[in-house]
Amino acid sequence: MSKQPEEYEDIPGTWVFDAERARQGYHLNAFLYSLMSAQNRAEFLADERKYLQKFPMTEAQRDAVVSRAWNTLLQLGGVSYALAKLAFTDKKSYQFMASQMVGIAESDYVKMMLAGGRSPDGWRSKSERKG
Amino acid sequence: MAKIIAGIGTSHTPAIGAALDNGKTTEPYWTPLFKGYEPAKKWMAETAPDVAIVVYNDHVNAFDFKIIPTFALGCGAEFPIADEGWGARPVPVVKGYPELAAHMVQSLVLDEFDMTIVNEMQVDHGLTVPMSLLYGQPKAWPVRVIPLAVNVIQYPAPTGHRCYMLGKAIKKAVESWDEDLRVVIFGTGGMSHQIQGPRAGLINTPFDKAFLDDLTRDPERLSRIPPIEYLRDAGAEAIELVMWLIMRGALGDGELAVRHRFYHVPASNTAVGHIVLEPVLEAADA
Repeated sequence: MSKQPEEYEDIPGTWVFDAERARQGYHLNAFLYSLMSAQNRAEFLADERKYLQKFPMTEAQRDAVVSRAWNTLLQLGGVSYALAKLAFTDKKSYQFMASQMVGIAESDYVKMMLAGGRSPDGWRSKSERKG
Repeated sequence: MAKIIAGIGTSHTPAIGAALDNGKTTEPYWTPLFKGYEPAKKWMAETAPDVAIVVYNDHVNAFDFKIIPTFALGCGAEFPIADEGWGARPVPVVKGYPELAAHMVQSLVLDEFDMTIVNEMQVDHGLTVPMSLLYGQPKAWPVRVIPLAVNVIQYPAPTGHRCYMLGKAIKKAVESWDEDLRVVIFGTGGMSHQIQGPRAGLINTPFDKAFLDDLTRDPERLSRIPPIEYLRDAGAEAIELVMWLIMRGALGDGELAVRHRFYHVPASNTAVGHIVLEPVLEAADA
């Protein structure tokens, strides 16, 4: 790496989709984009591993897709809006996907949002988070 | 002469579209939100503009990652509705205004805003949810639409200042079109929200309310908010708010009247903000 760490890398619990992640995630996101057609969604669900072979992704990316390891997918260059298509393919919602990323039950996540959401206090920087 | 008669800021949360399409608007979860938009819907029915410029972002639907335009102007005659992964929303096809859009591109590029010209594209919830909120569920949209898609997906999005200046250039472009048209401009997305990672669910109400306040009090301050501040203080996806600054720039430097304002948490993962702004002096000389 030749460049300095970006300021946004200090935001806890967040993987900003920048040029480097876009490069790593290019084929992963191309797979996710393919889920915009009902026919492709059905084909993927019928045999996930086989379908994933169509895209020159890394094995780590394929494993993370099959296990729906959402945070790993973000770290490997998946972008949340494209990942949502995988959640929709599973007949799940954005809120379900977000609750999985947070690591709590969807019902608890919904409750948190109804109570006004997550306060930014304690979540602005990694040092503040450890605090 | 064509004239920008109002600006509309609104969130474009996909769950709002799903609630409308699935007849859930009277459920307790959704009632406050849809009630909050009623006055603006009435205002829109009374105002009945000829053209709506809708500033929104595509969510990996029209654009995959082969091409990522920072500013893309929809110049086609119509824009089909995208299947985002759960089937296309049951809303009418969006009709464009190719002649005015072509004029805008020409004016904007000569004004040093290098727009990407898009003649064919599908539009997603970023555009259709604001349309549904302001127009309800008609068989055909009663307005011609010029979509302006902004990249806010791959970092960096254009800066707030760049967006604000683009808005000013849009005003100039529209007002140099020699046809009596009443034009509204939508700035969509936001407000505070984050839908990725362990920090998902972040909401910053004081940030949002200050943003709504300063659309009239101090838009210059808003135009100087650096990207990191949106990401850190209002959530990774709050960067969408730069699109509101295109709308704000297009309303000019004169006094504005706030016709409606509404704020509600949550719609799914998002703080929903909504505002209708009208230039005061320009209304008087119209």
